[in-house]
Amino acid sequence: MNRFAELLDRLAYEPGRNNKLKLLTAYLRDTEDPDRGYALAALTGALSFKHAKPGLIRDLIMERTDPVLFGFSYDYVGDLSETVALMWPKVALAGHNNPPPPTLTEVVTRLRTLGKTELPTQLARWLDELDETGRWALLKLVTGAMRIGISARLAKTAAAALGEKDPHEIELMWPGLAPPYLDLFAWLEGRAEKPVNRDPAPFRPVMLAHAIEDADFVNLDPADFIAEWKWDGIRVQAVSGRDERGHLQARLYSRTGEDITKSFPDLLPSLHLPGAIDGELLVLRDGRVQTFNVLQQRLNRKVVSPKLIKDYPIHLRAYDLLGDDENDLRELPFEERRAHLESFIKKLADPRIDLSPTVPFADWPALTAARADPAGAGAGLDAEAVEGVMLKRRDAPYLPGRPKGQWWKWKRDPHIIDAVLMYAQRGHGKRSSYYSDYTFGVWTNGDAGDELVPVGKAYFGFTDEELLQIDRFVRRNTTEKFGPVRHVVHEPDQGLVLEVAFEGLQRSPRHKSGVAMRFPRINRLRWDKPPREADRLETLERMLKSVTAN
Amino acid sequence: MAGLGPGTENNAFSGRWKRGSRGAWVAKHRDHTAYIGGMRPQDILMPVAAGLCCKPGGFHIDPVRPVERAIITHGHSDHARAGHGAVLATQETLDMMRLRYGDNFAGSTQAVRYGEEIRLGDIKVKLHPAGHVLGSAQIAVSCKDLCIVASGDYKDARDPTCAPFEIVPCDVFITEATFGLPVFRHGNAADEVKKLLASVALFPERAHLVGAYSLGKAQRVIALLREAGYDAPIYLHGAMEKITRYYESRGIALGDLRPVRGMKKAELAGTITLAPPTATSDIWTRRFLDPVTAFASGWMRVRARARQRGVELPLVISDHADWDGLTATIGLTGAGEVWVTHGQEDALVHWCKTKGLAARPLDLVGYGDEEETEAVLEGEEGGA
Ligand SMILES: [Zn+2]
Repeated sequence: MNRFAELLDRLAYEPGRNNKLKLLTAYLRDTEDPDRGYALAALTGALSFKHAKPGLIRDLIMERTDPVLFGFSYDYVGDLSETVALMWPKVALAGHNNPPPPTLTEVVTRLRTLGKTELPTQLARWLDELDETGRWALLKLVTGAMRIGISARLAKTAAAALGEKDPHEIELMWPGLAPPYLDLFAWLEGRAEKPVNRDPAPFRPVMLAHAIEDADFVNLDPADFIAEWKWDGIRVQAVSGRDERGHLQARLYSRTGEDITKSFPDLLPSLHLPGAIDGELLVLRDGRVQTFNVLQQRLNRKVVSPKLIKDYPIHLRAYDLLGDDENDLRELPFEERRAHLESFIKKLADPRIDLSPTVPFADWPALTAARADPAGAGAGLDAEAVEGVMLKRRDAPYLPGRPKGQWWKWKRDPHIIDAVLMYAQRGHGKRSSYYSDYTFGVWTNGDAGDELVPVGKAYFGFTDEELLQIDRFVRRNTTEKFGPVRHVVHEPDQGLVLEVAFEGLQRSPRHKSGVAMRFPRINRLRWDKPPREADRLETLERMLKSVTAN
Repeated sequence: MAGLGPGTENNAFSGRWKRGSRGAWVAKHRDHTAYIGGMRPQDILMPVAAGLCCKPGGFHIDPVRPVERAIITHGHSDHARAGHGAVLATQETLDMMRLRYGDNFAGSTQAVRYGEEIRLGDIKVKLHPAGHVLGSAQIAVSCKDLCIVASGDYKDARDPTCAPFEIVPCDVFITEATFGLPVFRHGNAADEVKKLLASVALFPERAHLVGAYSLGKAQRVIALLREAGYDAPIYLHGAMEKITRYYESRGIALGDLRPVRGMKKAELAGTITLAPPTATSDIWTRRFLDPVTAFASGWMRVRARARQRGVELPLVISDHADWDGLTATIGLTGAGEVWVTHGQEDALVHWCKTKGLAARPLDLVGYGDEEETEAVLEGEEGGA
């Protein structure tokens, strides 16, 4: 555990991506099985156990220290786990047979089976045995607050480097692997064959689009592209495949690969042909696409009641096919995949799954007109759920991430960006008990790679229910407190994306970002979107140019 | 509490110290009858605007403004200032003041050894090792049966570059509280140095830049590196060359030390350079190739502190006592009363009270955390 703690500690301070990789790879190389496997699982978010509540940690320290001194200390340090890790009293364990500190494997395997009532005693024993850094890492792990600026992708890349493999290979087999990944390490170290992905319905990393700017069109030939409507729903991947016994297994994944099958049981019967569809989740009533606000009623539900299913009928609008039965189609050009998709949907013949239509256009002015009036350009009654158009190169293979120049998104309203919640402050008046003032930021190149820079504050635009949701999120994800202001977790893989609408944009030397928004408001909460996919400052700067040029 | 707040200085002291003579510290006899019998600690030492004042002995300890006579605990600039009439301190502290301020830093000076007793009227003064930096001293001030120890800055942890801290039994112990919170536990400095060396091994293509206070911390880090078996050249920022050479002249072996000035970027890959903390965050660092910025300080225990400074490799190495050190020392002195100076006074005063000790904060202004205040002096940087 101490070894893993040292790694986390070092990673938490190291800003450079390549240096982080080097630290990770060195750890994975020098640490034995199964510890390194559980470390990889911890870093990729693949561990699951009931997390300890902060209240439990607080009780443990209160039993052992002077509450006044704890108060002074917590005030100074600002983080509960860290305060407890640092001031946990040293116990003189009897004799010289002190138990060795627990290994990461012991901690992880014990946490899995531990009953709720056993947790405090076990935790206290571990805290007695570990050093400061070890205690800090343990508390971060058990409270589920391990935020050290490492993405799952980076951890897998570090593992790949162990055997000089392409990280993409690991990504492909990942859904079929389980901690402590003995087969993966054996393969990476050349001791065994490549592990076979036995998952009958694995997730494939998604392909993303760049926001297009006016200046980009000059260099693009309309003939190279196919246009589609950009639907205002949730991007999902619907996969079904046969297990060893020949039974069909179907799963629905979010864009980040989270399994959200349980939330949409009503869609599963429709996935009755083996394949992998990339598409948009929508609510359809009488064949008509409903707005995102309607769809939102189906999100983040613990219980999916028959009434919910009936009132909010779910639908999948397909725009890509990544796999057809056993065949991986991702290497094919988009135009060919599209043909496969059309015949696949036809064969499926299911009312809950349809094809996202293409938008025919001869030149950019024609597409501009279609984007301005989707109703008149084929979207018909669904036009309200269209938030722009997508442009996809006819020859583009399906590539994970956001490859340059392949897919473009062209939103209808230019004054909307996706920003990341950074700080929250209590409101005034009847909102004074809620965190209702939000500072949000977008990505920019910092000294040490990408960082978020605040670009504005918003106080309204959300519903009462959304306020409760954000408030809960803020309280559970506070990283630091400064008076009434809370720092909320905002890292590439953790945090809340806010869709912010605004009336205008101005240059402002007073703001660190150099821009100021007029009347920004929260348009929508993007629980589905990881912060890394939020907009960049360059997008705002380009908007600024086009605004001032007019 | 009465009489312990900062007051105005009483200049009614009649004893004058003669310039340059060794006898300057023998104050002219004056009538102390007023103090004899029923002596209270605050009659011997009391905080005034200039610092801790010993009226019956006619001197101040570590005064922050010019006074006639000063006893200086150690060479850090917040404790050792120029412009006093007469200064009494260890030879090392006097030498360090001379290095910083030039030959005329005081009207007269007198060097004393640890344990040597100086009499100033009814007052007896003795200096004892404080373990903080080379030459650092605690000042024991006694009058009749009452003994007060002003410990200045101190640490009870091992340091190969200075005399070890000594417990001085006393009635009143005056302690600093720089790290006076139970979250500050400094651990073993040798382990931190191991961490630095592991990083050098893992990143041989990067330069390692260690921020360390020029007086004391830098030399301790070097000595610890040598103890850990690191015998490659260690590079120095121009601002710490003079003081480091002084340490060597006092018999402290530090191995192969070289100025970083004039070195090429590529030559510094895989090496260790020491620099004042402020230098590690300015454009001076551009001479290094993708440097790993380390910082050796007790503050590095707290992550927000380390992140605030942009440190990538925090090294918890402190020249001040940590919480366990402070509380253990207070207990061992046997003092029934504790005065707490700069730092986290509230927490330490609270702790003393829970142990049944009389304790109070002393509001002394002008001392602090040398690491936070050290600026690279103009001219000292020497283009380095
Ligand atoms: Zn000092």
